[in-house]
Amino acid sequence: MTALLEVEDLHVEFRTRDGVARVLNGVSYHVDAGETLAVLGESGSGKSVTAQTVMGILDTPPAHVTKGSVRFRGEDLLTAKPERRREVRAEGIAMIFQDALSALNPVFTVGFQIEEQLRLRRGMSRSEARARAVELLDLVRIPHARQRVREYPHQFSGGMRQRAMIAMSLALDPEVLIADEPTTALDVTVQAQIMDLLAEIQRERHMGLVLITHDLGVVAEVADRIVVMYAGRIVEQSDALSLFRSPGHPYTAALMKSLPRLDDKGAALDTIKGLPPSLLRIPPGCPFHPRCPRAEDVCSAEVPAPARLGLGRTSACHFAAEVLNG
Amino acid sequence: MAELLEVQDLVKHFPVTRGVLFKRAIGQVRAVDGVSFTLSAGETLGVVGESGCGKSTLAQVLMLLEPPTSGSARFEGEPMFAMRGSALRALRRNMQIVLQDPYTSLNPRMTVGDIVGEPFEIHPEAAPKGSRTTRVRELLDVVGLNPEHINRYPHQFSGGQRQRIGIARALALRPKVIVCDEPVSALDVSIQAQVMNLLRDLQSEFGLAYVFIAHDLSVVRHLSDRVAVMYLGKIVEIGTEEEIYQHPTHPYTQALLSAVPVADPALRGQRDVIRLTGDVPSPIDPPSGCRFRTRCWKARDVCAEEEPALVDRGGHLSACHFAEERSVVP
Repeated sequence: MTALLEVEDLHVEFRTRDGVARVLNGVSYHVDAGETLAVLGESGSGKSVTAQTVMGILDTPPAHVTKGSVRFRGEDLLTAKPERRREVRAEGIAMIFQDALSALNPVFTVGFQIEEQLRLRRGMSRSEARARAVELLDLVRIPHARQRVREYPHQFSGGMRQRAMIAMSLALDPEVLIADEPTTALDVTVQAQIMDLLAEIQRERHMGLVLITHDLGVVAEVADRIVVMYAGRIVEQSDALSLFRSPGHPYTAALMKSLPRLDDKGAALDTIKGLPPSLLRIPPGCPFHPRCPRAEDVCSAEVPAPARLGLGRTSACHFAAEVLNG
Repeated sequence: MAELLEVQDLVKHFPVTRGVLFKRAIGQVRAVDGVSFTLSAGETLGVVGESGCGKSTLAQVLMLLEPPTSGSARFEGEPMFAMRGSALRALRRNMQIVLQDPYTSLNPRMTVGDIVGEPFEIHPEAAPKGSRTTRVRELLDVVGLNPEHINRYPHQFSGGQRQRIGIARALALRPKVIVCDEPVSALDVSIQAQVMNLLRDLQSEFGLAYVFIAHDLSVVRHLSDRVAVMYLGKIVEIGTEEEIYQHPTHPYTQALLSAVPVADPALRGQRDVIRLTGDVPSPIDPPSGCRFRTRCWKARDVCAEEEPALVDRGGHLSACHFAEERSVVP
């Protein structure tokens, strides 16, 4: 069976004045209809670049895809014609961004920006498109949608803008929605509203949802499966329950321990020593080894292959089994 | 014991004006609207709230970067807002601030040594001229930076390291209070823990008191002895860390805590979830009576008519007519 969206062995590099930054070094993941895949990672781990490659919105140059494929319903998008890519981007895979204010065009009304795609791709008339835009704003629970549709993005609050962007992404009924840090800029009570909304829409439309985030809490609340990224690689993938119960990669384990808790004041936090590596100079072997508490000689010599840890679980660590068992 | 800092009915309104040539005030942003609290030596008071609740304005007023509209604040018993001359200089030595964005709060044209040593230019009595470089190196060492990097520029450091530079600068004059305005919210999780541990270590080493402002409730709990929850310019609940997180009595505190996602998928669907509707109202025209009533599920007529006072309701201070304990943290 082919997955709805499948990224395989993706390599992307940024050719800059300072050298070649290896931003993605063999990223593979897939998402099926009705499934929520969380892509977890810190800044510079490559989680957004992967999504941008899928959408075909990478700036080339400096970015170059050197290897790998992105398949939507089995069709490779990286070799597809530009028209076909545009079509998939419109109808197949939609994306929403962290910063809704810069993702929306400030000089057009929210309504116009939703209607544009409907008129262009569905051949709707102005009034048909307007009616559909109001429906969509209603769907994402924007109050007084009939008036709001005529307003500009700056007249919306942060949470409303994020809702408007979700409405826009749903206009052409995409099969996959990629959400890149959709709630990072929002307050916690608004974040909860938006995550509920996304989860509900995903369930109702049986969409595949790729949720890109650095927030372990958000991941724990909505993800079916999780891939953890570090320095342009997937270091661990797992179903959500198992990952949180017993992480299989030292990075994941360390990340969880460094999180302050809401239910306990706690003593000093466990930290991950050092910094994430510069992508211009990724350490040889396992990219995490300079920061890893259990690194041995083999870790700096050999890149660990993903080790299977049971059904659908892998960990790219030489000592994956030991990590898993504590 | 005398309190280090005593803040009473602090108010900061910003005028909203219209017109360029003939400016006229058409309203007031009531950013901070009657805030009272105390801070003892060596203690951390956490201040939490969503954007627009006035927590950063509070920091600005406490640091005398903005004059208050009304209200008073005493530092070691002396009224702060009336201070001039040498008293004011002494106060500024004793109160320092660490800001959120380590990218914009450091001058890109100054070396780290100049940034951390700049306080000594203004307060030369804090370190004699000959010993300044030694003192700056010491400070860099204290915050976990390599003293050899004294001649580097901010862009040569990562976000976490830059935040350490900001902390070193704040420590330079050996203050008694540091106001931390979202000091870790721009940092990645693995770096955030390092900076939080540093703040904790520095506190016990130098006996610092912190006013720790943040929107992340877990971060605030981890570092705070007492916590104040703000909503639309007012403190709605204040108490010890344990009282606020385990026994909250104000509906807003309960909603806020319940909205924090918990990193445990086994608890999915099993938690007491309170979902607020709508957004925070505008601080230009806040609701009458209790400001939270427009989003509150407990609101009755009395909430619109009478503003609930911040008084002891069930063990600690809470500003709700219907204050009632409800535990929402699993």
